[in-house]
Amino acid sequence: MLLKKNVIRWLVLLGALLSMPALAVLKIDITEGMEGAVPIAVVPFVWRGAKMPANADVSAIVASDLARSGHFAPLPARDLIARPTSPDNIDFATWRIAGVDHLVIGSVRLLADQQLQVQFRLFDVLKAEQSLGYSFNIKASHLRSVAHRISDYIVEHLTGLSPAFDSRISYVTTQQQVQPAAKPGGKPATRTVYKLQVADTDGFNPQTLLASPEPIMSPDWSPDGRQLVYVSFEAGQPQVFVHDIFTGARQKITDFKGLNSAPKWSPDGQYIAVTLSKDGNPDIYILRLADKTLRRLTRHWSIDTEASWMPDSRSLVFTSSRSGKPQIYKIGIAPGSRPSRLTFDGNYNANAAVSPDGKSIAFVHGEGNAFRIATMQLEDRAMQVLTDGPLDESPEYAPNGSMIIYAARLKRRAVLAAVSADGRHKQTLALEEGEVREPAWAPVQ
Amino acid sequence: MKLKLLVLILSAALAACGSNVKPDAATGGNTATDDQGGARVGSISGGAVDNVTALEGKQYTVSYDKGAVDDPDNILYNKIIYFDFDSSEIRDEYVELVKHHGKYLALHADASIRLEGHTDERGSREYNIALADRRAQAVKKLLLFQGASNDQIVIISYGEEKPAVIGNDEEAWALNRRAELVYGK
Repeated sequence: MLLKKNVIRWLVLLGALLSMPALAVLKIDITEGMEGAVPIAVVPFVWRGAKMPANADVSAIVASDLARSGHFAPLPARDLIARPTSPDNIDFATWRIAGVDHLVIGSVRLLADQQLQVQFRLFDVLKAEQSLGYSFNIKASHLRSVAHRISDYIVEHLTGLSPAFDSRISYVTTQQQVQPAAKPGGKPATRTVYKLQVADTDGFNPQTLLASPEPIMSPDWSPDGRQLVYVSFEAGQPQVFVHDIFTGARQKITDFKGLNSAPKWSPDGQYIAVTLSKDGNPDIYILRLADKTLRRLTRHWSIDTEASWMPDSRSLVFTSSRSGKPQIYKIGIAPGSRPSRLTFDGNYNANAAVSPDGKSIAFVHGEGNAFRIATMQLEDRAMQVLTDGPLDESPEYAPNGSMIIYAARLKRRAVLAAVSADGRHKQTLALEEGEVREPAWAPVQ
Repeated sequence: MKLKLLVLILSAALAACGSNVKPDAATGGNTATDDQGGARVGSISGGAVDNVTALEGKQYTVSYDKGAVDDPDNILYNKIIYFDFDSSEIRDEYVELVKHHGKYLALHADASIRLEGHTDERGSREYNIALADRRAQAVKKLLLFQGASNDQIVIISYGEEKPAVIGNDEEAWALNRRAELVYGK
């Protein structure tokens, strides 16, 4: 049953919270207001010894992250009543009158070895004292990353939520490319181009890891955030690849006859679960990366697919049609484990993701013709439908578990959307061109 | 925000109310359903040209000569089998069509097909990959039973990734729940 939209509590939106700066590919539309957001002022950082490069305005990045978190309402730069550069010249009384609860100031300084020293301080305006302050010595190329880390520190200190902004997201995009007619007077052809992309959590630096005329599916991150596993049809048949996002090195890890699909990396990094049909019908297998041994987990003539790991890497949830219709089951990876059914409500439950704390799952719940994202608390099996559908799919949790990102349709376009884990706060994120789906967040390092 | 009320129309209902589904432009096959019901099948002897069979209201010639699959008047020109939602069962009206293809493959050892499985866009992507694979496997099983051999058939499942028709209603979905026989040159 749908949760009523009432007064919104503070909730952090993470992962695919993407702003619309000049270089971003993804843009964000806030579909619901942010009541109760805490007023905060982020003063432009002072630059010493170097000029601020474009797109590396630390205070702008931080303000943007804080706004997107849903918890904070940063003062627009033009409304800043003062621009203090050091703790000594902060006039707390004036900030109190301006209605600001917290204040962030900072600086960036070029060091002799060409590194940058970035410092920030967070002040509690009401108490007129510093809450938090850090100094970082970094390479210039890490400036945006440090800005996101500052956002994470502030969010964590003021809300208790664990970090998420200093991370990456991956997703699949499709675009129709028009090709000129082969002959004059002929019809131009359109073909679909599929891309696997990785971007900063605010949409900056989208980078294409793979472009293909054939489908790409199911990207999933390694626990160290350095690699992606995914399915590519580039060779005419689906194959599972592991791809180092920094070196570009790629390795094919399954290439069996039939299905090679739904790969999922275990949280301890030791296994990749995968769906194969090489032994007669779609079943879950686990591939141990250390020695490339494969072990079959499910043995049933029905469809068994879409494995998703529990945080202890000792069991996983999956979709099975063994009861006649797709439902979510759980199975341990120890030999001899039998699956147990988790979902009983409705006749289509599939594509589960496990929350980082292992206490709940998010999944696709079909009822009639509407497919929505629902969550279930594993302890008491309490189910809650979070979204409206009608064609929602691919739910994934943000690294701190407070948000679920998923794929949806908006006016016939495939977009990403994010909903808070309690269903109260929603956002849509759309590509400027083309369509986007199958999001995955990298774990925060 | 009101959701459009979408009625799930099962294939039987689609046939019963006689609604016409748009032709599939990609292969040129006629996919309109027929008020009069499913196919009638005459008796077949190998290579005979004078028998006809009806599929979806049109009379087709049945013959298994080389090139029959490219002849628009031949039953073998139809190369798409449609399915019900979340089902990989071959509907009655397509069983004979699949059998004809099986016999063709049996007679021409050098003929081969890619058997492509597809679903509509609803539900989750990877489940749909498995469902589409099942659809292709169901067709393959029937082809083998008619004498086609294993190495003439390569199966690939695209799930919901390659729809034939873009659309968010049952009309489009019905045309996307399919298995396609793609003959190699």
